[in-house]
Amino acid sequence: MVENNNTKISAKDVDVFYSEKQALNKISMDIKEKEVTALIGPSGCGKSTFLRCINRMNDLIEICKVTGSIKVDNEEIISSSTDVVSLRSKIGMVFQKPNPFPKSIFDNVAYGPSIHGLADTKSDLENIVITSLKKAGLYNEVKDRLNEPGTSLSGGQQQRLCIARAIAVNPEIILMDEPCSALDPIATAIIEELIDELRLNYTIIIVTHSMQQAARVSQKTCFFHLGELIESGETNKIFTNPDNTKTQDYITGRFG
Amino acid sequence: MFFWSIVLILIGIYSSYIFGKSRIKKLVYSTNLKPKSQYNYHAQYVLSWCLLPALIVYFSWAIFEEQIIQNLILNSFEYVEGAAYDYGLLLAEIRNVANNIDFSDGKSQEIINAAAQYKSLKLTSQISFYISIIIIMVLGSLYAVRKINIQFNAQDTIEKYIKYLLIFCSSIAVLTTIGIIFSLIFESFRFFSQVSLFEFLFSTEWYPFIPIREGQAAAEGSFGAVPIFAGTFLVMIVAMCVAAPIGLFTAIYLSEYASQKVRKTVKPLLEILAGIPTIVYGFFAFVTVAPFVKSFGQSIGIDASPTSALAAGLVMGVMIIPFISSLSDDVINSVPQSLREGSLGIGANKAETIKKVILPAALPGIVGAFLLAISRAIGETMIVVVAAGTAANLTANPFENVTTVTVQIVVALIGDQEFDNPRTLSAFALGLVLFVITLSLNVLALRIVKKYRERYE
Repeated sequence: MVENNNTKISAKDVDVFYSEKQALNKISMDIKEKEVTALIGPSGCGKSTFLRCINRMNDLIEICKVTGSIKVDNEEIISSSTDVVSLRSKIGMVFQKPNPFPKSIFDNVAYGPSIHGLADTKSDLENIVITSLKKAGLYNEVKDRLNEPGTSLSGGQQQRLCIARAIAVNPEIILMDEPCSALDPIATAIIEELIDELRLNYTIIIVTHSMQQAARVSQKTCFFHLGELIESGETNKIFTNPDNTKTQDYITGRFG
Repeated sequence: MFFWSIVLILIGIYSSYIFGKSRIKKLVYSTNLKPKSQYNYHAQYVLSWCLLPALIVYFSWAIFEEQIIQNLILNSFEYVEGAAYDYGLLLAEIRNVANNIDFSDGKSQEIINAAAQYKSLKLTSQISFYISIIIIMVLGSLYAVRKINIQFNAQDTIEKYIKYLLIFCSSIAVLTTIGIIFSLIFESFRFFSQVSLFEFLFSTEWYPFIPIREGQAAAEGSFGAVPIFAGTFLVMIVAMCVAAPIGLFTAIYLSEYASQKVRKTVKPLLEILAGIPTIVYGFFAFVTVAPFVKSFGQSIGIDASPTSALAAGLVMGVMIIPFISSLSDDVINSVPQSLREGSLGIGANKAETIKKVILPAALPGIVGAFLLAISRAIGETMIVVVAAGTAANLTANPFENVTTVTVQIVVALIGDQEFDNPRTLSAFALGLVLFVITLSLNVLALRIVKKYRERYE
């Protein structure tokens, strides 16, 4: 395992409110570069909400209010002056349910690069698409049918297409919100393998309900409960010898 | 007769209900068993066996009574030999005398006799009506009560009756539609027996002026529907030029940019537009828009007529804005949020997301909304009657007078003309073609919308 100490994301006292209801309470954590950090916890504990703070996706929810500080590469992002578009192009996101656009496989991946003007010529764009598909481990399966609609792929392939779409814009961070919860075990295994490879180049934060998955893919684990960060640390430690009894109870399946 | 039969039937309903309920209660009391269905269902069962036969008797009386009495009168009438009779007139005379509407002075003896007979027959009929309705209600209730017992599943039976009632109601709408279609087709056939289909569909001359009365000198009419359909499409295109962009942009604003609060206020307001009676739009078009169009035309050097395709089309466009905006808004809203998040998550801004992801995804639904709006525009009557004119011009100039299918139908049917001349009948042929066009547009629109729905649900 490559150890490093570069902090990529640093959250401090993050509070999130949905109208009056507080969803996150004083969350502070550091996320290291080129590692997989898993956010675990029972449903409704705020782990997805936290994830969506990092790329300001909560802006889409009118009633949602975020306070506190999150720094990405030492730049504050919870501020009205943040350039959300460039932030999001730096932070890719993969969602719970595969959500390919109703376009061809090629156009799905080419979407990001073309809106950000990453490719000057058509062959540049093709290169980006092919490289991204290769990185997402999908290229061999779809190379003969790049013009077919993305929705015609199987669920696992669709999810890898979404990963390819996310990495096509050269992000540094990839957020994954329960990326395997809609997939069967085989597709899940493929995605998990892929996450392990992607770790070499990207900082990955993954929300998951499956503790085995967190144990398999992550180096760091954060346990959320009722909007609070109960414990965070090395995955090995969290799963073998947690400090907090709540964490202990959760990972041994006593609640949640 | 109407009032008292209603009273009678209501009494029957009430007493059969009570009757049924007391019967099942008594049964339960005497056997001490739990009935399969609740008391109410048994009572309702008896009630329906009382009500349904009564209604059948009532309606068959209403339909056949007069017919039978008339036949009896005409059969026993003392015809004067050698005289010519118009049965309709004769019956009217007899009825008038019987009802004292016309004084019987100066009427011949046989008519007075027939009137007396008519009166007595009417009385007999009424008495026998009341008697038979009472008997049938009693018999029905008795039959139902005999079937009631502890084991009887009245609930299921009532459920079945309700299903039949619902089927009956829905079939009325369907049968009416079929009836209308058939009458359209038959009358159109009569039209096409006098005017060739080829002329109707392809000739560009529409002069439906034919001799209205026999022997009247008039030019031979000509029935080429091309200018009429051209006019219809011209008005429709003007309307869509107004409604499509405004409606679509409104929908995009409402579903993507407006806050919940704005959306909740603006959407119902827009839908009020759809509630304005079209004749109100019509005089708005005629009084306000048409003169404006005329003066505007003059200011740019085009000679505009006081009623024009442009005036009618503009107002019709405003009328169908809510159709397009409301339907498109629903369609855009039903594009899954995950697609928006997917696009925004890559760093696309709102406009890019709408243009490249939302609209393509919603396109089939939007096309469906447009088609529904078009078929509404084509079928619209009042605005064009008032504001577009009646002259069948074959023109692409929206400043000119044009006429539409619906206007020509109105023109053909007003005034007193005989029902077998081609001018009147042309209304049915035009109606048939219009019906085929709007029906196929609707079917197409619904299919597109449905296909779209399946993709995301």
